Amino acid sequence: MAEDVKSKVIHKVAGRMDVSPDQVTEDTHFVNDLQMDSLDVAELVIDLEEEFNLSITDEEAQKLQTVGQAIKYIEGKQQQTQ
Amino acid sequence: MNVRRVVITGTGVVSPVGCSKETVWPAVRDGRSGIRPITSFDTSAYEVHFAGEVVDFDPLAHFSKRELARLDRFVQFAVVAADAAIAEAGLDLDKENRDRFGAFIGTGIGGLHEIEAQHTRLMESGPNRTSPLMIPKLMTNAAAGQVAMRRGLCGPSMSVSSACASASHAIGEAFHCVRYGMADVLICGGAEAAVTPMGLSGFQQAKALSTRNDNPQAASRPFDLHRDGFVMAEGAAVLVLESLDHAQQRGATILAEIAGYGASSDAYHLTLPDPEGRGAARAMTNALADAGLAPTDVDYINAHGTSTPAGDDVEAKAICAVFGEHAKNLAVSSSKSVFGHLLGASGALESAVCIWAMLDNVCPPTINLDDPDPECCGLNFVPHKPQERQLNTVVNNSFGFGGHNVSLVFRKFEA
Repeated sequence: MAEDVKSKVIHKVAGRMDVSPDQVTEDTHFVNDLQMDSLDVAELVIDLEEEFNLSITDEEAQKLQTVGQAIKYIEGKQQQTQ
Repeated sequence: MNVRRVVITGTGVVSPVGCSKETVWPAVRDGRSGIRPITSFDTSAYEVHFAGEVVDFDPLAHFSKRELARLDRFVQFAVVAADAAIAEAGLDLDKENRDRFGAFIGTGIGGLHEIEAQHTRLMESGPNRTSPLMIPKLMTNAAAGQVAMRRGLCGPSMSVSSACASASHAIGEAFHCVRYGMADVLICGGAEAAVTPMGLSGFQQAKALSTRNDNPQAASRPFDLHRDGFVMAEGAAVLVLESLDHAQQRGATILAEIAGYGASSDAYHLTLPDPEGRGAARAMTNALADAGLAPTDVDYINAHGTSTPAGDDVEAKAICAVFGEHAKNLAVSSSKSVFGHLLGASGALESAVCIWAMLDNVCPPTINLDDPDPECCGLNFVPHKPQERQLNTVVNNSFGFGGHNVSLVFRKFEA
């Protein structure tokens, strides 16, 4: 399950920013490493909402700055709903 | 007020008959149609199955996937045409004062591909799943904004939207902007990508389109007695306009001079022209006055000539009213017979055709003109084949739904 979320998030991030999934790790910072701007982040949030069938509020989305934080957040959300 | 001469130093095109001057001008000059069955979506439920689609355009040859996520198809066309025009002009932008450069790109509709994709998402997934990029992609000024951003043009930039007169309005406004000193170089023209399910349905329902499905390449037949509507097309065309001083200082090759811009409104009907053609005539008269020329100075008119029953005869009558006895000396043709109607981009592509025509001293033909409509005043519509002719002054007409009329006057450049 954990690997599944990690792999899916990495692939979504890589696809959105047109980089190889190999270049994306849990430490990857959306802005500092991938030069994402506010529109990229907003698009990624929609991608993740669709992939994992959940809603991410703007307040929560602002706290997600790295791939690892996004994975952790999604896993937490999934545990809440189980 | 300091009035400057303004010249054209670059042209860039994306069209149903090719994506370079080297492919487009021979096709237009020799009358090789770019109208084909639509392949980008299933048209079996539509009354019209053909259009002038851009077929030799690979977005990934020009943009990264990440860039493409932010560019509607009409903006992709505009950016590629602008880059080609700037390249032909030989402009080294890094050496220029780009505070004096800008982009005026017209479009009739804007990002219809994006509108349709996001409307589907809205209906299927609800209001919280549409793209954050939707509005900045679909807005009509996205083309001008992207060209300015990508090329670092920090002077005036805007979109112009007046339906099928959009591109000619953009060029005319750009011309005056440079003439009166608000900018030195303006990248101007139009872009349209509306051959989509909603676009085709909309024009079909307005009864504006030809339904000659059994022979698409004969469907666009301006001034012909058996014309039955226009043929939708897509693409973009962009000109580099610059002050003569600026062009000469950098040793640029000058393709032509833009000498006049005239605009008017019919103030009559949403889609039909003034039946007497008074709006069209005013646009031509205003453009000639702006250029300081007499009707007898004009050699050739690239007509708006869309192939609609309501429009072509009115344009012919307007030409006769403005040019009087000289009308019978003119050559008048519609290049829409070859590439269809690029809507908000048409005026720019046809301006490029005017410039190429002057450079070669050739009037491109009106193809499919088998049986000239007697209501079209018996003008020389250059049927079927090009006509060689010394071309010093040419006029380009563009008219749009809403009753907008624009005429532009181009001249062979003489120092």
